[in-house]
Amino acid sequence: MTDTAVRSADRAPARSADRRPERRGRAATWRKRAEIALFVTPALALLVAFVVVPVATAVQMSLYKWKGFGPMVDFVGLRNYVSVLTNEVFTDAVVHNLIIVVGSIVLQLPLGLAIALLLNRKMWGQGLLRTIIFVPYVLAEVIAGVVWFQLLQPQYGVIDTMLAAVGLHGPDQGFLGTPEYALWTVLVVLTWKYLGLAVILFLAGLQGVPDELYEAAQLDGASWWQVQRRITIPLLGPTMRTWGFLSMIGSLQLFDMVWILTGGGPANATTTMATFLVNEGTKRQNFGIAGAASVVLFVIALVLALAYQKFILSRDSKEEGR
Amino acid sequence: MRGATAVALGTTVALLGAACAGQGTGSQGDDDGGSSADASTITWWHNSNTGDGKEYYDKVAADFEKDHPGTTVEVSAMAHEDMLTKLDAAFQAGDAPDVFMERGGGELADHVEAGLLKDLSEPAADTISTIEPYMSGFQVDGASYALPFSMGVVGFWYNKSLFEKAGITETPTTMDELYDVFDKLKAAGITPASVGAGDKWPAAHYWYYNVIRQCSADTLDTAVTSVDYSDPCFVKAGETLDELLATEPFNKGFLTTPAQTGATSASGLLASGKVAMELAGHWEPGVMQGLTEDGSGLGEDTGWFSYPSIDGQQGTEGAQMGGGDAWAVSKDAPDVAVEFAQYLLSDEVQQGFAELDMGLPTNPTASEKVSDPALAELLEVRDGAPEIQLYLDTLLGASVGGAMNDAIALQFAGKATPQDVVDAVQSAAEADQ
Repeated sequence: MTDTAVRSADRAPARSADRRPERRGRAATWRKRAEIALFVTPALALLVAFVVVPVATAVQMSLYKWKGFGPMVDFVGLRNYVSVLTNEVFTDAVVHNLIIVVGSIVLQLPLGLAIALLLNRKMWGQGLLRTIIFVPYVLAEVIAGVVWFQLLQPQYGVIDTMLAAVGLHGPDQGFLGTPEYALWTVLVVLTWKYLGLAVILFLAGLQGVPDELYEAAQLDGASWWQVQRRITIPLLGPTMRTWGFLSMIGSLQLFDMVWILTGGGPANATTTMATFLVNEGTKRQNFGIAGAASVVLFVIALVLALAYQKFILSRDSKEEGR
Repeated sequence: MRGATAVALGTTVALLGAACAGQGTGSQGDDDGGSSADASTITWWHNSNTGDGKEYYDKVAADFEKDHPGTTVEVSAMAHEDMLTKLDAAFQAGDAPDVFMERGGGELADHVEAGLLKDLSEPAADTISTIEPYMSGFQVDGASYALPFSMGVVGFWYNKSLFEKAGITETPTTMDELYDVFDKLKAAGITPASVGAGDKWPAAHYWYYNVIRQCSADTLDTAVTSVDYSDPCFVKAGETLDELLATEPFNKGFLTTPAQTGATSASGLLASGKVAMELAGHWEPGVMQGLTEDGSGLGEDTGWFSYPSIDGQQGTEGAQMGGGDAWAVSKDAPDVAVEFAQYLLSDEVQQGFAELDMGLPTNPTASEKVSDPALAELLEVRDGAPEIQLYLDTLLGASVGGAMNDAIALQFAGKATPQDVVDAVQSAAEADQ
């Protein structure tokens, strides 16, 4: 309290002194403002046109029963929200999203870390290996999805044929067609697809670990494991936490891969919030329900993002602040 | 600092997610279509966007212009899915083309309710009288809103040589005979049938047909109009489906099999001789041709039989399920657009349409012009059917139809009982009120 009071007291005389001197000062401020306006307006206009307005429309839509044409007149209040939140398909979808959030991190973090540590060593073919690991991430999601869909075809797909060749028998409906396996199969494909991002980020983070620390550790006689555990991984913390955030948001919004592989089926075993809202909106023309689902998705993503920021990323900002 | 950025990023990303549902609600319209204020120009959207069909429709438009000096027809040919998306956008923008395709049923009723369609009962009365038998799906409260130009029926397409190989000499006419056919095919090491349950509607067609067999037309009509599906025949239809599913006739992985895309789709499996039959509509020979390398589909081996009857059924013997495409005129289109829609149903245009095998024409004078033997056979079945029930999902509209198809797909996966399906339809229909 007193601190701010003192500060503003400090500033007050300085400001009034500032205002006097000459007109050039004022012209400069105006010019600066004009410049800011000039540079910010296009971005702001785009943001308003393509983000703010659609979001506002989605919120508005969520309060109406609307089939996608004609005027939006049938106001239903919060009924769409009730129907979304009491819909088992949607609540299951939220669970699927959370499974994928946790599953992605649990699978990709250790795998990505191990591969990054491996690829960080000087060895033959390092560049080639890095490229191979990174290729799935660069591949368009839809293309990767179609390829995996074909590989996973029961009976005629490559994977079933390979299993049969070694005397194994895949599930009758295929890995994607059996409700019990479908979500895990999708998770495996997602891991394959996104591992490259984790590896590249971790590799970049590894470059930031000072060599002196390794040298010092070596002088102290630390083993390779001790070095990784005590130096590399702690110093990679900020990178891992940022990656975790990206991974989480990606998992919450997961749509393309699921849409291509299973369309949310079989028996809604792989529905995500995004496939739910697209299905309700464009397929069933329940735009109000789709709007409500999208707002719920937004709130969940926001809450998780803020929580992640508060409990996990805040360590990094504090460190930097100091 | 980084934290703040992360939050900003998260917020943006979440906002984008929310924005998804907001798309397409803007008030901007496409400018390559849409009703024109100029009465002498009409816009026409159709989905025959390749080969002979496209050329033919261009010629039709040119002929109409010749007969109506001063009138210009702006033709937009697009792929079917594109057309549906663009139509939805155009409806939202209040900028629909003058003449466009409707599929009837609940969807059409929704469009009528939203005031998008012109009542054609008076201005097109002559045309309507020639295609009367097909009008029912395109009328709301006795008024006609679209002119069906192609109407097909759904049935089993089968591979004649595979049937022969399994020692099947006659196509089944009852469910028990159908199960026998399944057994014989299995005994011969052939997968009996494919179904694209991944797309849901192909699976749902089985349920629809069971409903048409188990319920009388009156029961179904009453159920739809009074939003009361408590008649036991609906549950019975689901029980018949359970019976059929218990015989396990379908291709492996049918729960994720798509209807028509690629060699491992339901149509692809039939076209390549991997399965012996598939329940599908009049489009099937064309789809199979597109899925085989030599472009001939099953060729000579293509056979067709209608959905078997069920012992003790209440539905009319021989009733068929199908659907069609119709030309609708938007509410504020000029009068000449109605004339154009009628011209599209004229003997001349429908005969040309039939000669090119673009569909199953509704104008009786065009029937004999159909050259494809499979389609000609189907046309006979259609014209001989005592009643043709519109696909139930089209009949009930996207909202109820979608919920119904999802529930039926669950039954195919063994995750819903016949009663569950009826309950899903009932509650979706109530919510749609």
